[in-house]
Amino acid sequence: MRKVVRGFYAIAEAVRLSRPNVIAAYPITPQTEIVENLAEMYANGELGDTEYVTAESEFGAASMVLGASAAGARAFTATSSQGLLLMTEVLYNAAGMRLPIVLVVANRSVSAPLSIWNDIQDSISIRDAGIIQLYVESNQEAHDMIPLAFKVAENRDVLLPFMVCVDGFKLTHAYEPVDLLDQETVDKFLPPYEPVVKLDIEKPAALGCYAPPPYYMEFRVAMEMAMERAREVMLKEFEEWYRLTGRDWGGYVVAENCEDAEVVVVAMGSIVALIREVVKQMRKEGKKVGMLKIRTYRPFPHEEVRKALKNAQKVVVIDRALSIGAEPPLAADVKSALFGLSPEFHSVVMGLGGRDIPREQIEKLINDVLEGKAKPGKRFEGLYEFEEVIP
Amino acid sequence: MSLFGPGHGACPGCGFPIAVRGALEALDGKVIAVNSTGCLEIVSSMYGRNTWGVPYIHSLFENAGAVAAGIETALRALKRDKEAHVVVFAGDGATFDIGIGTLSGMMDRNHNVIYICYDNEAYQNTGNQQSMATPTGAATTTTPAGKVIPGKMGRKKDMISIAVAHGIPYVASASIAFPKDFQRKVKRAAEFEGAKYIQVHAPCVTGWGIDGKLTVEVARLAVETGLYPLVEYENGKLVRVRKIKDRKPVEEYLKLQRRFRHLFKHPKGKEIIEELQRVADENARRYGLDA
Repeated sequence: MRKVVRGFYAIAEAVRLSRPNVIAAYPITPQTEIVENLAEMYANGELGDTEYVTAESEFGAASMVLGASAAGARAFTATSSQGLLLMTEVLYNAAGMRLPIVLVVANRSVSAPLSIWNDIQDSISIRDAGIIQLYVESNQEAHDMIPLAFKVAENRDVLLPFMVCVDGFKLTHAYEPVDLLDQETVDKFLPPYEPVVKLDIEKPAALGCYAPPPYYMEFRVAMEMAMERAREVMLKEFEEWYRLTGRDWGGYVVAENCEDAEVVVVAMGSIVALIREVVKQMRKEGKKVGMLKIRTYRPFPHEEVRKALKNAQKVVVIDRALSIGAEPPLAADVKSALFGLSPEFHSVVMGLGGRDIPREQIEKLINDVLEGKAKPGKRFEGLYEFEEVIP
Repeated sequence: MSLFGPGHGACPGCGFPIAVRGALEALDGKVIAVNSTGCLEIVSSMYGRNTWGVPYIHSLFENAGAVAAGIETALRALKRDKEAHVVVFAGDGATFDIGIGTLSGMMDRNHNVIYICYDNEAYQNTGNQQSMATPTGAATTTTPAGKVIPGKMGRKKDMISIAVAHGIPYVASASIAFPKDFQRKVKRAAEFEGAKYIQVHAPCVTGWGIDGKLTVEVARLAVETGLYPLVEYENGKLVRVRKIKDRKPVEEYLKLQRRFRHLFKHPKGKEIIEELQRVADENARRYGLDA
């Protein structure tokens, strides 16, 4: 059913339809409304057998979904920014314990300075945890990816947590027409969770052992192998989703107008929608430009990126995050995917802490690169002139 | 398979295995065990050498309360809540200090969990660093007895009162020197729906510097001096205390332990011993310990 809804509702509704057994909730802007919507459904008896539990912190919320998942439950939580940083120790642990929890990150900048506004520094900071990370560009995509996240995470060839990353405010609080799923469709796609191992009095098992040097490394490499297998599992589920709903979100990447493009812009998240519009307009003007949307940041789609960018003379990677002291994260990964190819490479950081990214800025950025006016390398767009004052 | 061990790697004379086995037996092995990082976890859960005969989970140092809450919630959601008791085993560092937030959340929401803190009065897994459960005057590696400072300053945190203040149905202190009393308390705890907190005094031979064969005697003296009162609260009311006949002076407890040895020669030692005696006397008055 197509309805104009806000992002947090689209997410909460998809969570409801995925029939989680346990939801742990802790508020943080701009995620709060997701768990508020779920609380309302719970209070109105619309969540079936789901138990909704409020936590004393994000650390507690993550720990509760960890415990719930270990007991054999399908478990969900959501967070942002500092909340995700507070969850980090637990999330690394959950991934290592191979617990298929699903969480939504309503992306927000990190402190200091305090900022409640959007960028993706929060989720990027835990890219190495062994958690699948998928970035969406619209609330429809966020809505659709929730049942898919559970299905992929719970696949016995994967068994890793899955993080759906949704730009805070820009998507979570935006009104958008969304084709809302119905229970029948979701049930057809997502079977009840059958844990491979669980805390069970009939079959006692020990979870979360400690591993001395002769064993530890294999556990960690096994996570890497699971992440590799997730690639195949996800592709299959993307296709299955398309067959079921008629909505094709593509694979790990979506390449548009890349074949003959002189300049290709690479980005993740909601900014992709703006870049797409600009690229379409420029194509009408006869300019050879293209766009590459990255959907899964972990596992990173090296081959697909390389394939999409093989003809590009110039590549522009837009990061809304920093890796302070090194290249911006997405730029670094794209560059590694392009090893041996040498397009002119522009690494552009913009939109940190909710800094607006106007359409004209994207147009000028692409035109400057196209016309050879921009110097390759790393730069910051939309930055005011300032002087750092150290008293 | 036995409920706990054999094959665990705890030191000879270690106090907590008595509590762990005692609790598992008291509950007929109908237990899902949740363990915070610490000595118990290290000696019992090495990969390939699991010594637990019940389902067991270890996640982190500071989240056992929340993990147990999640398990309990899941069992309810899955309609498996009659299967087993969810029981936490956590040390005093994990309970009094780093994990008090998740423990408080678990107690506040009143999850149906039995939380057992084995209290060996310092971070013993990392080699005897002070925790908020360390008693006044005890020498630890982070509060050593120096020329100026005679060991830990400040009091042992009153976790029993903190637990009681959460309004949970059952709170008790116990000692491995009184295993039957401890087992009775575990069984009693299981009769209540909601969060239960039991704190069991369990000496650490290396950290406290005691002879391994004296573990039980030292633990008994903690009770008999009034330093470790054995009390029981049901629905917020003090219902039972273990009475002491001829309460012993605290020196009898202190002198058997290396961690307190400096108190008998340090210029400020006498003051500390007097303070500890005052704590014991206060406990006796507060709980009516003297028979």
